[in-house]
Amino acid sequence: MNEAFFDKKDYKPLDRVDGRLKVTGAAKYSAEYVLPNMSYAVLVGSTIAKGTIESIDSKAAERAPGVLAVISHLNAIKLPSYQSKGEHPSEPSTKGQPLRVFFDNKIYSNDQPIVAVVATSFEKARHAATLVKVQYNKEQHQTDLEANAEKAVLPASGKKNPKSPTADYDRGQIDAFANAPVKFEAEYVLPTEVHNPMELQSITAHWEADDKLTVYDKVQGTKMTQKNFAKEWNLPEENVKCIATFVGGAFGNGLHNWPHETAAIIAAKQVKRPVKLVLTREQMFTMVGYRPRTWQKIQMGATKDGKLVAINHQSIGQTSTYEEFTESTLQQTRMMYASPNVSTRYRILPLNLATPIWMRGPGEATGAFGLESAMDEVAHSIDMDPVDFRLLNYTESDPDKNMPWSTKYLRECYDEGKKRIGWENRKMQPGSVRDGEWLVGYGMGTGTFGANRNSATVHAELDKEGNLVMHCAITDIGPGTGTAMVQIASNTTGIPTEKIAFHLGNSEFPNAGLQGGSSTVNSVGPAVLAACNALKEQLITMAAAKGNAAFASAKPDDVMFDKAEIQLGGKSAKLTLGDLLKQNNIEKIETTNESKPDENRNKYSMNAFSMHFAKVHVHPFTGQVRVKKIVCCADAGTIVSPKTAASQMIGGATGGIGMALTEDAVMDHRFGRYVTKDLADYHVPVHADVPEIDVYFVNKPDLLADPVGSKGLGEIAIIGVAPAIANAVFNATGKRIRELPITPDKLI
Amino acid sequence: MIQFQYERATTTKAAINGLANNSNARFIAGGTNLVDLMKRNITAPTKLVDINMVPLKDIQQQNGKTSIGALALNSAVADNKLIIEKHPLLSQALNAGASAQIRNMATVGGNMMQRTRCPYFYDTALPCNKREPGSGCGALEGLNRMHAIFGTSEQCIAVHPSDMCIALVALDASVLVAGPKGERRIPFEEFHRLPGNQPEKDNTLQNNEMIISVEIPDNAFAKNAHYFKVRDRASYAFALVSVAAALNMDGKVIKEARLAMGGVAHKPWRLKEAEKALAGKPATEETFRQAAEIAMQGAKAFKYNAFKLKLGPNVIVEALKNAAGLV
Repeated sequence: MNEAFFDKKDYKPLDRVDGRLKVTGAAKYSAEYVLPNMSYAVLVGSTIAKGTIESIDSKAAERAPGVLAVISHLNAIKLPSYQSKGEHPSEPSTKGQPLRVFFDNKIYSNDQPIVAVVATSFEKARHAATLVKVQYNKEQHQTDLEANAEKAVLPASGKKNPKSPTADYDRGQIDAFANAPVKFEAEYVLPTEVHNPMELQSITAHWEADDKLTVYDKVQGTKMTQKNFAKEWNLPEENVKCIATFVGGAFGNGLHNWPHETAAIIAAKQVKRPVKLVLTREQMFTMVGYRPRTWQKIQMGATKDGKLVAINHQSIGQTSTYEEFTESTLQQTRMMYASPNVSTRYRILPLNLATPIWMRGPGEATGAFGLESAMDEVAHSIDMDPVDFRLLNYTESDPDKNMPWSTKYLRECYDEGKKRIGWENRKMQPGSVRDGEWLVGYGMGTGTFGANRNSATVHAELDKEGNLVMHCAITDIGPGTGTAMVQIASNTTGIPTEKIAFHLGNSEFPNAGLQGGSSTVNSVGPAVLAACNALKEQLITMAAAKGNAAFASAKPDDVMFDKAEIQLGGKSAKLTLGDLLKQNNIEKIETTNESKPDENRNKYSMNAFSMHFAKVHVHPFTGQVRVKKIVCCADAGTIVSPKTAASQMIGGATGGIGMALTEDAVMDHRFGRYVTKDLADYHVPVHADVPEIDVYFVNKPDLLADPVGSKGLGEIAIIGVAPAIANAVFNATGKRIRELPITPDKLI
Repeated sequence: MIQFQYERATTTKAAINGLANNSNARFIAGGTNLVDLMKRNITAPTKLVDINMVPLKDIQQQNGKTSIGALALNSAVADNKLIIEKHPLLSQALNAGASAQIRNMATVGGNMMQRTRCPYFYDTALPCNKREPGSGCGALEGLNRMHAIFGTSEQCIAVHPSDMCIALVALDASVLVAGPKGERRIPFEEFHRLPGNQPEKDNTLQNNEMIISVEIPDNAFAKNAHYFKVRDRASYAFALVSVAAALNMDGKVIKEARLAMGGVAHKPWRLKEAEKALAGKPATEETFRQAAEIAMQGAKAFKYNAFKLKLGPNVIVEALKNAAGLV
């Protein structure tokens, strides 16, 4: 391995390679493809949460100008996959049967898509959709988590596999809490949150032939989408193409293929024209998943001098009645702190709601609100600094898996974060610091997420001018994947970044998994590295064969480029790439390389860690909270793209502010309908809510995790932010808010 | 889309004539609320009379009052030198509302005409007497955290959403309107109405009347005025509670006061009894607390908005403290 590769000086901040395309509008998103003979579909959602459709009166809609078809279970073609009752066709799998759109007259949730109106223009389709009249047989629905908590169940994954994060877990003695000298117990609630990326979910479905489908689709996995639709329509995989070159944010809601996508494909088949379907903002709340409302209870026992004795953590999260959605809400409770006795109980509650989907920092962010709030509460009860309390219970190895950490530099995060936030200004006694009328508080929260890695393949070609072009099916939902890959390639080869292109977001490119679970740089990065080294091997072989003796014993790390000139061991090899290819009578060299997780994954526990510090102001009479500063410290291994990585941390902290203070999908359970379902009522933080966010990276490679040394940071950017803010609010006011968001009414 | 007639008027007279013989015709100016309502099938005018070309954008000072044209943009009024100098309360209130983009489109008249943001009003699958008289009030027994505590009826507990109007009612503004029978002035306090048995009616405009301008009489409140808005995020959210406070001070003594609340009623809620209680008193927190108590008399909370009974007086005190320069 080239030592220089890990020298952080080599990873200079680089502007996004696709930044110009994005800011000039040249970047094409899924709803922006214009195909000849295009038609437009608008979905009608159910207005009841449970029951059956008695009748659909579509006459007026069918007669409306420009309408091509009104499609429902009454006339929709039946998909081959609808016949089987088996596993969810989508990957990664949630157990159960996904909603089969237009399959029958059953209603499982409010605003379930039940009719698609297809017309020659979007406006005509939207108007005709208002003319569809539906009669229902209504049944009593259940949408209220707390009211139905006793019906929660252990998910199938936890029943089947005792090692699953959803399984019941006990370490040490179950009754340890009862005998602890200091006992603490509390319940925490996180409301339903909705991903709400800027870009609405959209798909353009095009049957290029009877058995050949192309979708321009807003998804986080092009290969996943290709596989799912091939399965759904009983087609060979190569007959399905998914294009997602640009994705305008997703935060997880593109990790599943949803009913609206199938609806558009059905519509395209039936009207024999390409169909474009864009969800409304309201439909983003009901048709493409959400972070499930989750109730948690924590019991925490400690000695009077701050050694943890026991943690019991239980949670109940929502799911639909047709799919078992699960997430790792309680995983970190098992490994974050050195408690000899730990029990976790994870349950899910099927309700008459659509299926949730992982939302940034998924279960860990939810669980961290409970765990990190409880840590703060216990520290306060024994009059101990919350950072000291965590350091006293620091885990030097993973107590859950009984394995050493591959790397863990969380101590560095605590130290640096304390300095940057001005932790010395924090007072143990809540409500004792003021700035004018405002109460001042400081808080912190820890985050962790698995350093996930999947197999990935990259194709690379290098021409005689020294242009390097790579291809991979991975998507970029915003973190700057292309930029990071270009930087890895540039650092490996010496080729300047402007001569490197990384093409992504197309299922016809070499295989990659989903952009999710903070796995992209850890998975695709090593494949880029492998491809770059393979190109160098080819050059070495060619050069040696042409009599360049110096190359005979050269290794890839010895070879670098300086413009088009080849360097060997840091010196000019007096050979240009063009000359070498000319000598061999070829235009370019190319390679395809796969990189996979290795056996180190069986020997080490691999996690990225983060530490978030928050300083808040709280107005004592009006309950307004203003976050004044956030410091984010991340142990995410090698940071290959400092600029986009910092942006990702800033975005995560902003999401954390929303989680802590503003975001709340409120449902009227009498109707099972949301009442905050647009961006005016569902409050994502605006600029005025977001203060200076100071980002620090430990930036030490984890070469056990993967050859790039990266551990991923999309999730740890948000995990721990909400409790840091809630803890700061407590420090400012003495008020402990255990149900998010912390709105002014809760503090007066 | 639903077909409608579109007409562009360039004079007040033509605009008013444009509404004649069509009870389902509407004026459109900035369109920041009306277009949303049309998209969501809450309203479906058969005719839109575009009044953007009618010359009603002027802001001028004459005869002891400031006159603001109905088509002056919210951002233009907020940034206007005369307004900042003579009626800073109005400028503050405007800047506390919406977003910069919306303020650049929205007009003064349109701001007054905007409908409530009650979620039951906006979801056609839910009951709402304001949208569909007789269908019931979804909020009464529902999620009424954002709803009214003053002047409610069994039919409707929605709140009026504007910030600008809270300042205007405090400043004793009046509304100059023109109709087929000529011009008339409506005191601002009487422009919006309480829901009663006709929650579908937001205001007291008569058929085919058009807002020409808003007039604010000269006052002595410019030095001690403050608009205090509490909302669920730092910007771009409707008020949980807002208060417009204006004081005419003689040293440390209040000569006269103006006070109005937003986010608490179906109309901008003027607090005249509290104003009386402030007059002649020293500007102290205690005085303000007493006035706030008077202001809250008659308030009635529902299941989820009881916090407004506590937040309301606190915001009144904070607004007065800021107006008096005690913060």
